[in-house]
Amino acid sequence: MRFTFDGRPMTGEPGDTLAAALLRNGVRVVGRSVDLGRPRGIFTAGPEEPNALVRVGADPMLAATTVELHDGLEAHSLRGKGRVDLDAVDERRCDKGYLHCDVLVVGGGPAGLAATLAAGRSGARVILVDDQPRLGGDLLNSRLLLDGAPALDWVAGLDLPARVLTRTTAVGYYDHNYVVAVERRARGERLWHIRARRVVLATGAHERSLAFPGNDRPGVMLAASARAYANRYGVRAGRRAVVFACADSGYEAARDLVAAGVDVLAVVDPRPSGLPADVEVLAGQVVTGTTADEEGVLTGVQVGVRHFDADLLAVAGGWNPAVHLFSQSGGRTRFDEELAAFVPGTSAQAERSAGACRGLYATREAIADGYAAGAEAAGRTVPDLRVPECDERISRRPAALWLVERAPGSEPAFADLHRDVAVADLAMATATGMRSVEHVKRYTTAGTGADQGKTSGAVVVGVMSALLGAAPGQVGTTTFRPPYTPVSFATLAGRDRGALSDPVRTTALHDAHVALGAVFEDVGQWKRPRYFPRDGEDMEAAVRRECHAARTAVAAMDASTLGKIDIRGADAGEFLDRVYTNMYSTLAVGACRYGVMCGADGMVFDDGTTTRLADDHYLTTTTTGNAAPVLDWLEEWRQTEWPDLDVSLVSVTDHWATVAVVGPRAREVIAVVAPEAVELAFMRYASVPVLGVAGRVFRISFSGELAYEVNVPWRYGRALWEAVLELGVVPYGTETMHVLRAEKGFAIVGQETDGTVTPQDLGMGWIVSKRKPDFVGRRSHSRPDTARPDRKRLVGLLADDPEALVEEGAQLTAAGVAPMLGHVTSSYHSAALDRTFSLALARNVTPGDRLTAVSGDMRQPVTVVEPVFYDPDNTRRDGDPLPEARVAYRGDCRAESPAAAFADRFEAVSTPRVRLREVPFVSMWEVRGTDPGTGLRLGPDWWLVSGDVPPRPGWVDVSGQRTVLELAGPAAYDVLITGCPIDLDPSVFPGHAQTLLARTSVILERLPPETYRIYVRSSFAKYLAEWLIDALEAS
Amino acid sequence: MLLIDCPHCGPRDENEFHYGGQAGIACPTGDVTDEQWAAYVFMRDNPKGWFHERWFHVHGCRTWFTVERHTVTHEIRKP
Amino acid sequence: MTHPDFLWRNPEPRPAYDVVIVGGGGHGLATAYYLAKNHGLTNVAVLERGWLAGGNMARNTTIIRSNYLWDESAAIYEHSLKLWEGLSDELDYDLQFSQRGVLNLAHNLSDVREGRRRVNANRLNGVDAEWLDADEVKKFCPIINVSDRARYPVMGATLQRRGGIAKHDHVAWALARQADACGVDLIQGCEVTGFELTGNRVTAVETSRGRIAAGKVALAAAGHTSVLAERAGIRLPLQSHPLQALVSELLEPVLDCVVMSNAVHVYVSQAHKGELVMGAGIDAYNSYGQRGGVHVIEAQMAAALELFPVFSRVRVLRTWAGIVDVSPDASPIIGPTPVDGLYVNAGWGTGGFKATPGAGWVYADTLAHDRPHPLAQPYALDRFTTGALIDEHGAAAVAH
Repeated sequence: MRFTFDGRPMTGEPGDTLAAALLRNGVRVVGRSVDLGRPRGIFTAGPEEPNALVRVGADPMLAATTVELHDGLEAHSLRGKGRVDLDAVDERRCDKGYLHCDVLVVGGGPAGLAATLAAGRSGARVILVDDQPRLGGDLLNSRLLLDGAPALDWVAGLDLPARVLTRTTAVGYYDHNYVVAVERRARGERLWHIRARRVVLATGAHERSLAFPGNDRPGVMLAASARAYANRYGVRAGRRAVVFACADSGYEAARDLVAAGVDVLAVVDPRPSGLPADVEVLAGQVVTGTTADEEGVLTGVQVGVRHFDADLLAVAGGWNPAVHLFSQSGGRTRFDEELAAFVPGTSAQAERSAGACRGLYATREAIADGYAAGAEAAGRTVPDLRVPECDERISRRPAALWLVERAPGSEPAFADLHRDVAVADLAMATATGMRSVEHVKRYTTAGTGADQGKTSGAVVVGVMSALLGAAPGQVGTTTFRPPYTPVSFATLAGRDRGALSDPVRTTALHDAHVALGAVFEDVGQWKRPRYFPRDGEDMEAAVRRECHAARTAVAAMDASTLGKIDIRGADAGEFLDRVYTNMYSTLAVGACRYGVMCGADGMVFDDGTTTRLADDHYLTTTTTGNAAPVLDWLEEWRQTEWPDLDVSLVSVTDHWATVAVVGPRAREVIAVVAPEAVELAFMRYASVPVLGVAGRVFRISFSGELAYEVNVPWRYGRALWEAVLELGVVPYGTETMHVLRAEKGFAIVGQETDGTVTPQDLGMGWIVSKRKPDFVGRRSHSRPDTARPDRKRLVGLLADDPEALVEEGAQLTAAGVAPMLGHVTSSYHSAALDRTFSLALARNVTPGDRLTAVSGDMRQPVTVVEPVFYDPDNTRRDGDPLPEARVAYRGDCRAESPAAAFADRFEAVSTPRVRLREVPFVSMWEVRGTDPGTGLRLGPDWWLVSGDVPPRPGWVDVSGQRTVLELAGPAAYDVLITGCPIDLDPSVFPGHAQTLLARTSVILERLPPETYRIYVRSSFAKYLAEWLIDALEAS
Repeated sequence: MLLIDCPHCGPRDENEFHYGGQAGIACPTGDVTDEQWAAYVFMRDNPKGWFHERWFHVHGCRTWFTVERHTVTHEIRKP
Repeated sequence: MTHPDFLWRNPEPRPAYDVVIVGGGGHGLATAYYLAKNHGLTNVAVLERGWLAGGNMARNTTIIRSNYLWDESAAIYEHSLKLWEGLSDELDYDLQFSQRGVLNLAHNLSDVREGRRRVNANRLNGVDAEWLDADEVKKFCPIINVSDRARYPVMGATLQRRGGIAKHDHVAWALARQADACGVDLIQGCEVTGFELTGNRVTAVETSRGRIAAGKVALAAAGHTSVLAERAGIRLPLQSHPLQALVSELLEPVLDCVVMSNAVHVYVSQAHKGELVMGAGIDAYNSYGQRGGVHVIEAQMAAALELFPVFSRVRVLRTWAGIVDVSPDASPIIGPTPVDGLYVNAGWGTGGFKATPGAGWVYADTLAHDRPHPLAQPYALDRFTTGALIDEHGAAAVAH
């Protein structure tokens, strides 16, 4: 395998890590240290690497010890910091996945394998994750024999009854046994979210170093890592080695290095006695320093007065159980004097550590512990599990040695290699008065490096205990925080990128808007046309034309995004009386009324019109952005405050497509598309055929002109829109809507209001009922500050210069300096007024007052006026009479399903393993209250009935509310788990559920064996279609 | 990601729900002082320990329900 | 960076102090410092349950700005920013205060309107502020993606050039060092477990290290304020929530300003050492657990990559959570409480760090004179009764 390092061509072997390959090519210096610029080499063989940090392609910084070599890899050395290459293109596609299990085992070493075997054989659903390409854990690095054969034979012989994820690092352990793991794939990582009943942590242990002078030279390496390079990769990390063995694992390393052909000069053991070995053992001694060549690379090891010419110093400082995930789970660690290490103490979640991560380092012990942990997690013992025989020696107690005193003038002794923190720095910190390890960490930056303290944490604690004369257990550790290993932003974002970064909502008319060249604006998740430019018009010209059409002829807008709530029940009127400031129980059937609702704090929360469809049946509209919050708010009051009221709420926002037909000649359009509604009076509603299909027409005006809101079921929306436009009606967008409503002084929630504005402030005292005993927020209106007479009020403004537009957001002052009296909320050019005008909130002003509007560097003189600029006497709302009889629309009303445009792409992306399609239209009803005996139960008293059934009274037609997409085939499950967090396993999934898919609300229904139907709100259908296509392409 | 046990749908991930704060706060009726009204609108317990709180299964069955949860460990206990 | 050789003593608590400050975070230490410096009050103890500045002071994203909408907010945050501008010299400690500019991005027309409104209010209040259109944003911060094809395009931004970042630990240590030098006792590992009341007046605190008599007691415990207040029999309109943040691994310089986007919950700057420091949204539920959900981080990263595609392969090194005490109007509560001699400074939510010197200043003044400092007056507890809120949520609703 060919690769380059800093442009130098090199070759490696399959299975190499980049670090192994660099060693294979004799590279000693891999980078420089972050502060001091000291040369640094490869220190470890795993994710705990503090030194060998490299940039690879678009990856600003990776540990060379974790990079799997591939042909053509280009690596660049770093100076302790990553480098973002602004030109790098990252074509990887990350993904996510959601899994559930009875037992999650983290770590595929001896303990984890044993736990998996025990739990799986007992019948539990088990997932095993391991960060290496192959299972085996430390067995991969060793020459141990199990039952007389190479240990990996034992591993290969295991038939693991589990879902096994290799190259997968568990990085976070969150509340309620939620473990997040990163699977490394060449095409981009996958972030797994695993909810487990029980977790077995078998995360092993990290070898540690200790602080001695010159311990950062390239050539100083952890002993187990040197052994791993020799055994696993067949690479000698040096030719002549000294082993510093504070623990007996150093002797094993020495043996294996010798076997690999390394000339081991000595084993230095600080304990009083050494072990018998084939090389010289210096017991009761320590490494006191190192020497280096002019490049800083290790040339020798000093042991007191003795000097060894060595290019490798293998340090076995002892072991630290990898308690990171345990600690993240909320468990508390304790210091074990025998092991001289922190080990798991009390568990906080349904979790247990097994093997080396709780200090059981010996292979047989770890396997036995793994069996026990697996059985315990599964809740059943499996009888026939045998611990294999092993040729491992029993380890003695390690030396609790953290630092070697430094002679004056010698090299620094480093505690944190990545952050260049030496013992002297730690001493300086404690001398300032700092006693907490957290303070010292922050003062020195020790433990905050790329290895996240894996090689430095224990050394810092040890050195501090020496400096402060306290036991390590008293010093304590800093908190282990997720992630266990660094995780790229892209991994965490998954497929939530670009167009899929947030769900998009579109109306039934969207494709027609696109075809017309609309310019869209984002309103919440909705895409709404802002204006429809023609022939190179800018916005101002387009809006002037659109306004002109609405004021003098007829224009139309897509109003489908307004929230629509079907409210039914004997107490529906009473319910509305309580949530709106005005009365609805007295509203005549067939009449519409505008209303405002407040929060408990009395501030305006939302507004809209409500229509009484029948005695016990209302339809309420909400603002676009507040549709969901309003429905949730109403549901909260219904369930938690007034459960005795007979009322039910059903969203029909997506069931209807709504076209507002506006202008003095609107009647001519209605006469064609909905002739039976042509005589409709102002603020009245009729349920009439529209283009021959059952529709609803409301005579509601948000512009002061004659206007109708024409509703048809979603699938006919586009036909209605196109039929209207064919009549010569001018399409308009939200910008024109704003101008028209502002000319009439109509406030917009969220524009004229900001959560600090009462209905009275808006000049709508008339809408606040004095007759009702109470409504939500009423009491707040009489608080001292809310009842103040000098609160800001909605006013109109006219600039002295009729051409000058006062910017929205301009502040109002008496003379151009503070204090501020208010601000400009809306400001437009008006075709009807032939000038600019503004709405504002301001205190202590009355019409005729002169103010200065301040925006940026502009100071504009303005005059306060009443906030109604156009037709204050409402003379225009009845429009022009029909000039002549019109012929009703006779064409077909073409139905178009929400995902119709995706049919070809669904076909193209489908494979024999997974097929994607839109299910043809079926009628659907939501049923509240009594069990209809059919359909999908959605809630305690809530059902969705679909298909060819006769609807019963009280059923709410929601046929257009949802679109049904279908995934079928053996891989359908694999696609769904990339975006659906619930447990879809057939043994658990009840057949249908309301849940989230791709961050949208769906009903998911499984048709056995492997077909899934996804009922999604029609406005999300296009987004979800794109998401599913993307998922299929990524799978 | 907490796992919240919905009384209708069973255990679901936290992001299917909206948090509703302290449970058992009734809207006062009749004449109340400004102080009593302020207490209803703004004052909520904020204990360090067990807490009765409301959740709304907004992306599921749309049921409001009460959960007892520990505000340090996040453990949820059944009544 | 060189630090002073000595920071603080580790004294045993004395039996009595004129003022006992509960909470050794940034606000508590700043209060102690200004009590000593501005008012000559040095018979003061700061009682810290854990280690000094180990709560939100150690966990925040260190953003400093004063570009708040309302007059009352602008006044106190600008007072604070002016103090920041002289603080390194005054405390004789390099606080790495860097006025590199803070961008608050606008992603829709409502954001644009509210951003302009805030800029204009700021300027009239003497707070530096500018409105940048998308091209100017790109010029100021070239790595931001301002493509109009983005899911939520950048439509402009407010810029406060005097805003920036500082090194939070240094701020705490510098304040602690000066307070200690003035004779203030900084007592760590000392948890307040109760209050001794005589009549309606607080006379002592009970602690894990014994009873300590106090002339006045000043709460400065951020997320734990409710718990303490309850021990004194007071109910406050505060809710404690986890607020998560994270750092990346060290990077060569790549981002030289602070970028904030309320709409998509991204707050990012690059610290002096090179790590990207990022804040996320608040977790929904009440918690004292200093831990949040990973989904909050995932959403934050997705949003961050929309703004900064170049960070795609940058890696998160460490995530954590603080406990923020959130008030109903997202503004603090400063001043006396219904218990005589007991004062509160809380409810700073996500805004506490930037207010550190300003809050310490006005709180110390309030304590010294037994009346609210003029800048603190609007932040009295009774505003929730009168309705005179200082609502900094802004126009949260998007509606047409």
